[in-house]
Amino acid sequence: MFLNLVSLAAKWAIPVILFTIVLLAFLRRVDVYEMFIRGAQEGFTTAIKTIPFLVAMFVAISVFRASGAMELFVRTVSPVTELFGIPAEVLPLGIMRPLSGGGALGITAELIKTYGPDSFIGRLASTLQGSTDTTFFVLTLYFGSVGVTRYRYAVISGLSADITGFIASVFICHLVFG
Amino acid sequence: MVNVIWVGMLLIGIIVAGINGNIEVVTTAALKGAQTAVDFALGLIAIMTFWLGVMKVAEAAGMIRLLSRLVKPVTTFLFPGVPKDHPAMGAIIMNLSANVLGLGNAATPMGLIAMKELQKLNMSDPRTASEAMCTFLALNTSCITIIPATIIGIRIKAGSANPTEIVGTTVFATAAAMTVAVIVDRIMRRIYGYRKWR
Repeated sequence: MFLNLVSLAAKWAIPVILFTIVLLAFLRRVDVYEMFIRGAQEGFTTAIKTIPFLVAMFVAISVFRASGAMELFVRTVSPVTELFGIPAEVLPLGIMRPLSGGGALGITAELIKTYGPDSFIGRLASTLQGSTDTTFFVLTLYFGSVGVTRYRYAVISGLSADITGFIASVFICHLVFG
Repeated sequence: MVNVIWVGMLLIGIIVAGINGNIEVVTTAALKGAQTAVDFALGLIAIMTFWLGVMKVAEAAGMIRLLSRLVKPVTTFLFPGVPKDHPAMGAIIMNLSANVLGLGNAATPMGLIAMKELQKLNMSDPRTASEAMCTFLALNTSCITIIPATIIGIRIKAGSANPTEIVGTTVFATAAAMTVAVIVDRIMRRIYGYRKWR
């Protein structure tokens, strides 16, 4: 019931927002068309400005993954994380999640296919996928769009959120599905 | 920090590839990564152009400021450095709402508009992140999604008996992540506040 309501809201949100903005602006005698064009002009430059930042980050992640360094890293830390009740199968997902959205989704789909969606691993992978974000990608994109190259402590707070999301997922899945 | 991570990933990647005897992978992977990045940015042109247009209309109608004023109690606490009815607040709230509803296509442009507004308020070096930017990104990357639509889709396709049963656990985990993100952001802001930043 609640979920249906939310998915209904998600479906209607953008059309309703568009309608309201345009109607209200028109009633307030804003030259809507003129304003839209003026704002839209910045779209191209904003998108293009992110290219060097995104290329830099994607190249490093891509090399790190394809070379096998990622796998090596996972194998090195998995004995430690297993002590905390984190199954070795989902660790690659936890490490991939902040780096690459597509990569993480691939691992999740693979885990669900191998272990089944209603297995413990399948449920944990699903929870992990939904509860953490592609932190490095978001930082690169958002900072890149305004030309910021010194992220200060944004990486630390973003990663601590990811690690918390990971640990909290393992904890709650053990509790609910375990 | 990001400098060290970037250099580390690249150098370690090249060394491991060399040791594993598949050094040729490096060049292909690098170019493939670059291609993915450019493809994404090109896709962004359409979404950004559309939403920047819509947001300009909303701003001209005074709606962004109105929205900023409505959420003042929360934002005063989270963003003490940003003026109360600044358009950045409106964009931040719209970005977070879109994130919660899982509307990725709308969330990204709203977020980039928010960054642009925050950059106008960035009094220090424009190449260095401001405190408000760090707080916004901490919120953004840890934000709750009520409907993890993609993963539910995968579960349905895999023949799950109850595809949405992971919603509760997901909300719990994101809530924990978001709480920690806000706390860490506060602590780091203190620590970095003591250091002198040009």
